Parts: sequence; structure tokens; C-alpha cells
Amino acid sequence: MKQFRLLIIAVLLIASLVLGSCAQQPAATQAPEQPAATGAPQSEEPMTTNEVTLTIGFSSSNTGSMEVSSKRQVNGLTLWMDQVNGAGGVPLSDGTAVKFAAVTYDDESNKERVQELYTRLITEDNADFMISPYSSGLTAAASVIAEQYGKVMITAGAAEDDAYKTGNTSLFQLYTPGSLYLISTVDMLKQLDPQAKVAVVNENDKFSTSVMGGLKPYLSSEGFEIVLEEGYASDTTDFGPIINKIEASGATVLLGGGHYPDGSTFARQLYERQVGLKFISLLVAPADSKFPELGDAALGVATSSQWELKATHTEQEASGLGIEWFGPSGDDFAAAYEAAYGDSPTYHVAGGYAAGLVLQKAIIDADSVDPEKVKAALNAMNIFTFYGGIQFDTTPESHGLQISHKMVVAQWQKNAAGEFVREVIWPSDVATANPLYPIQTP
Amino acid sequence: MQQINLLLASLPDGILLGFVYGLAAMGLTLIWGVMNVINLSHGPIIALGMFGTYFLFIRAGINPYLGLFLIAALGLLLGILIYVVAVHRVINAPHLSSLLATFSVNMIIIGLGTAILTTSPYNVDFSLGSLKIGSTTLLGTRLVAALVAILYSAALYLFLYRTRPGKYIRAVANNRAAAELMGIPSSRILALSFGLGTMLAAVSGALIATFFPFNILSGGSYELKSFVISVLGGLGNPIGALFGGLILGTLEGIIPAFLETTWVPVIEFALFVLILLIRPSGLFGAEE
Repeated sequence: MKQFRLLIIAVLLIASLVLGSCAQQPAATQAPEQPAATGAPQSEEPMTTNEVTLTIGFSSSNTGSMEVSSKRQVNGLTLWMDQVNGAGGVPLSDGTAVKFAAVTYDDESNKERVQELYTRLITEDNADFMISPYSSGLTAAASVIAEQYGKVMITAGAAEDDAYKTGNTSLFQLYTPGSLYLISTVDMLKQLDPQAKVAVVNENDKFSTSVMGGLKPYLSSEGFEIVLEEGYASDTTDFGPIINKIEASGATVLLGGGHYPDGSTFARQLYERQVGLKFISLLVAPADSKFPELGDAALGVATSSQWELKATHTEQEASGLGIEWFGPSGDDFAAAYEAAYGDSPTYHVAGGYAAGLVLQKAIIDADSVDPEKVKAALNAMNIFTFYGGIQFDTTPESHGLQISHKMVVAQWQKNAAGEFVREVIWPSDVATANPLYPIQTP
Repeated sequence: MQQINLLLASLPDGILLGFVYGLAAMGLTLIWGVMNVINLSHGPIIALGMFGTYFLFIRAGINPYLGLFLIAALGLLLGILIYVVAVHRVINAPHLSSLLATFSVNMIIIGLGTAILTTSPYNVDFSLGSLKIGSTTLLGTRLVAALVAILYSAALYLFLYRTRPGKYIRAVANNRAAAELMGIPSSRILALSFGLGTMLAAVSGALIATFFPFNILSGGSYELKSFVISVLGGLGNPIGALFGGLILGTLEGIIPAFLETTWVPVIEFALFVLILLIRPSGLFGAEE
């Protein structure tokens, strides 16, 4: 009996490790210094005598399931900060130059740690403004703390809608809300194949559930038949049984996924089993530049993207819409990022950068670093950046929800040299290639 | 009818995976059977086996199945090293000491692994094609993995029952004091047993890497499965572990045909508790 008690202790220890993705002890770190890059956002050399440094607090997932996308978001934010500081800071009319310093900790992709860390960032590190962690689940946890202390938090990598419908007044969302995530994809399918039979298979987490919650009624309203609805746990590695269900359902199109680890695994196993789907759209994973590491399994896999360099927004577009333009061009941003990190930017990078850009613009508009004035400037904001439109819902029902930003559909295709390239396939007015439909199977 | 088709499609997959789960659990249960130590570094060692395949195949271009020999040898040596450094001194101490010793090894491997390899997913882009029979798709990598698992199980059986060191291991497992009185070097045999256990964990990880992406934390879920399988098969019974693995794999094939896949771990762990309550010695273990 004693042995079995020991066994139970052992199982509980391991279970706690697995559930908590226990990895390494957290360490408070300053955001790494990156080389100064070109194309700094609009920030003139200040003619100042005063300088004030604001602390930007955020957690990042250096370990755990959100690592890949979270690190990219932090890279984007860090690039923005380096550029602004390198250009002398944000000038205010009283001659003050506002510079920024980051305080960040590893949240291990763990909600409980996020709440601990955001409390620490606010109460011990005295962060002036907050940036969200990456992912809707972690952001929901952080938003409770930010709201409790009345800190302005720009939510960079969090699309789920619900966090903005609980009476919050300090959250400001950059991503297109989750419920609208796959609308463009459905619009494209409507044109390509109105008879498509759709399987909706998603990770059981806040973000993916929110996306599917918006997708299903829209699919039905557009006359598509949903032949399979299935959820899976975030740590799923064997998609065999789910793929068998997809085949048995007679689906021709798969819309689903969740985040990078599950999405890349899902794509690989779909390819191995040669399911014969005409179109596959997965959330998040195919938007990452690591995705082609899957080899031919990446070919034809599409994703809804918050931003693509090939379809970056321009000053002319803003001018045509009569909306104020702010910040660098997409090309300047991408060149600066490539110079600093040696990689082309994904939408997670762009989101991180845009979070800083929005805060910068709000401080300029408020002409102050006073949180209440900055909050008022955010509420009044209606701008266009390389990342797209930025405007926040100001109604009490869904305060802070993003209402201006639009998404595109991107798909992995091969160029003439046989290299993988992510092409924009929808909307048609910004498309860089025709959709690969149906996907070519070997 | 659709359910039957789904069952036919999923069951072979589950059974093939079950052999690999069984191989992983064999390592855990061998160590427990010989020295009454629950090896909490089992999961990270499975993950190290996965990285072994990755580095040998992706970086050195060695076929993953040829690489298994090297991974097995390194797994054996690593196990002996862990035994000598962390386990030997606490082998006669209360069980909690050895549990904490192996837990520390677990944390060290995960900490170092996270620092060096990060927790980003790694992928071994290796395929042996697939075989489609009706609604059933059999993946080449899973078929070969199951075959390798059977070969390793047979080799372990022959080693334990037909060789002198194997008989020494069984003797030490049976009664260490009596074995020592008969001149068996129990410390070396314990080290060898621990090495064999970690070797099996590393090999199972190496096989899993040929069909699933992984990171340094991925071994945890297979370690949990190994506990369930060990209890199913009978603690300390390595061959029973193979059957336990098959049962678990079969369940993973059957359940999704009737329920959402999220129910699989719920049912697996309910079974774990049930077996502990009703038949604590496991389905293939001797009555206490």
C-alpha cells in the first residue's frame, strides 16, 4: 500500500510538471538591446532639456507552448523601442523627451504566472504602461490585473472578444477580434467553391473557440454545410483519430487549428495521411516563417493573417480613406527588422511593433504621459499604420475592441525556384497570387 | 456504420502506437521492478531520445533507424551515469529520497534542455509513406516503430531470461541480499538495470520523433502514459508493460470513434485509478 501511495505521489508530481509546463525558474530581465535600426518611426530629434523614461511592463513566453509567436511579438516591440529611443524619444510640447525602458519576465506560457508577474510589474517594478502577453488566454489573465490597477494595456497578440465585454476601460486591442478572424476566408470560399463541405476542427482554448464561435454562424449564413465540429486539447500530438473523422465526414475543406505547436503537427499529419482536402486553413501556425520546415506538408496550407508584408498598408491607402497616417512604411519596418533579427517579419512581429507605435501616437496626441490623458487619446484614436487601421470601440459594452483593422488570407505556395513563399490570396484587390485550390497532393 | 468505419480506421493506429508506449513503459517498470525506484527522469530521457533522432537525422544525415543503435548505447550510458551520481547513494534510503533524487535529475535535464534547445517544437521530416486499406491508413513510420518495439521487447526478454547478466538482474530484483550472498555484484547490476531502463526510454523517444513533433517538455505526457501502462501491466513486470501499452493504444483507437478526442485522457486516468483500487498489482501482475 505504501508503494502505491508513492506511485500516486510520483504521478501527481509528473502531472504537475506536464500541466504547468514546468521549465526554468523565471528571471527578471531587461529586454535585450538590439542594434539600432533604420526607418525609425516619426520622432524628431527633440530640442529638450528634460528627459523622462517610461517603464513598459509585459511578460513574454520564453518557454512553453506560446514561445514561437510570443518571442516574435517581443522582437517587434523591442525594435520599436530601440528605434524611438535611438531617435531621441517622443517629444512633448513642453520640451520633454519621452523614452522607454522594458521590464519583462518569462511567463512560461502559464496563466497563473501571468497574474503573478503583472502584479509584480505594476506594484514592484512600477510599470507605467502595459503590453499584453501573447495569446488570448494569457492576455485574459493579465487584463484582470491591469484593469484592477487601472493601468493602460495595449493587447498586442490577443484576438478573443470576451475580455473586452466585461466592463474593462483600460484595454485596447490591436488584432482583428477572434469572431471575425475567418470571415475573409469564408468570403473567399464562397467565390471559389460554394458547395464546399466544411470540417471545423480547433484547439480547445479561448482564442480558437472564440474564432470558431464567429465562424460557424457565418458559414451557415453563407450556405455552407458544416459536416464536422471537433475540438482537441492544446497538447494533442496524435491527430490520427481526428483526421479519420475528417475523412469519414466527407469534408472537402478544413478550417481550424489553434497555435503553433498543434497547428504544425496537424498540418504534417494531414499531409502524411493524404486526406485529399481541397483547402486547409489553420490558425496562427502557417503565419510563422518556421512553417515550411514541415517540407511539402506546408504546401497549400492557408492562414488568416493580421498583416503580410506583401499586402502591407500604405500612406496612399490611408489618404484615400481620409484617415491620418502614422509611423514607418511596411518596407522600412521590414528592412529594419531584417537588419536587426535576420528574418522577415511575421504578423506577430508587426503586432508587437504596432503596439508600441499606438502607445507612441497616444502620448503624442495626449501631449502628456499622464495615464488618463493617454487613455483618452487612445479612445479618440483613428489612424492608419503599415499594420492597418487602428480604432477602438468606445461603447461600455465592448470597450477597447478593435473595430478598424482588417485581415488577409495567406497561403504557402512554391515559387518558380521551388522555394516556399507565403502569398496573399484574399482579398482579391491586394492578392499577390491566385489561391491554390484544390491543394495539389503528391 | 460510420462509427464502425471510424473504429476500423483508428484502431490499427492506436495499436501501433501502443507498442511504442509499451516500450517506454517497460523502461519505467524495469527500474521499479529491480530496485523499487520510481524514475521521475523518465520523461526528459524520452525527450532526449527524440532529440537524438533529430540531431542524428537532420544534422548528421543518419537514417533514424540506424541512429537507434547509437541512441540506445548513449541511453544506457546516461542511465548508468544517473544511477551512479544520483540514485546509488539513496538506494537504501526511504522511497521518497530516490523519488526526489530522480525528480532533481528531471529538473536538471529540463532546465538544461530549455536553455540549450528552447521549448520551440522540433520536427523530423522523415516519411516511409503510407498504406491505405479501405478506410484505414497505415503510416510506414508507425509500422516500423511497432516492429522495433517488438524486437526490443523480445531482446529484453531474451536478455533477462537467457543471459547471465539478465539472470543476475532477476536475482537482484527477487532478493538483493541473497543475490549478494551468492556473489552477484548488486551495485553493478543495479546500475546496469537503470541503464537498460533509460535505454528503453531513449529508444521509445527516438521512435516517437519519427512521427510527432516534440520539444524538451514532450516526454512528460509519455511518462504519464508510462505510469498508467505500468499499473495496467503490473508494476515491475516489463513484458506486462508491453501488453499494458497495447491496451492503452487500443483505447486511444476506440474512444475517438465514439467520443470527442478530449475524452481520451479522462478515460485513461479514470482507468488508472480504477485499476489501483481494484487490482493494485495490475492486470498482469501477481496477486499480493
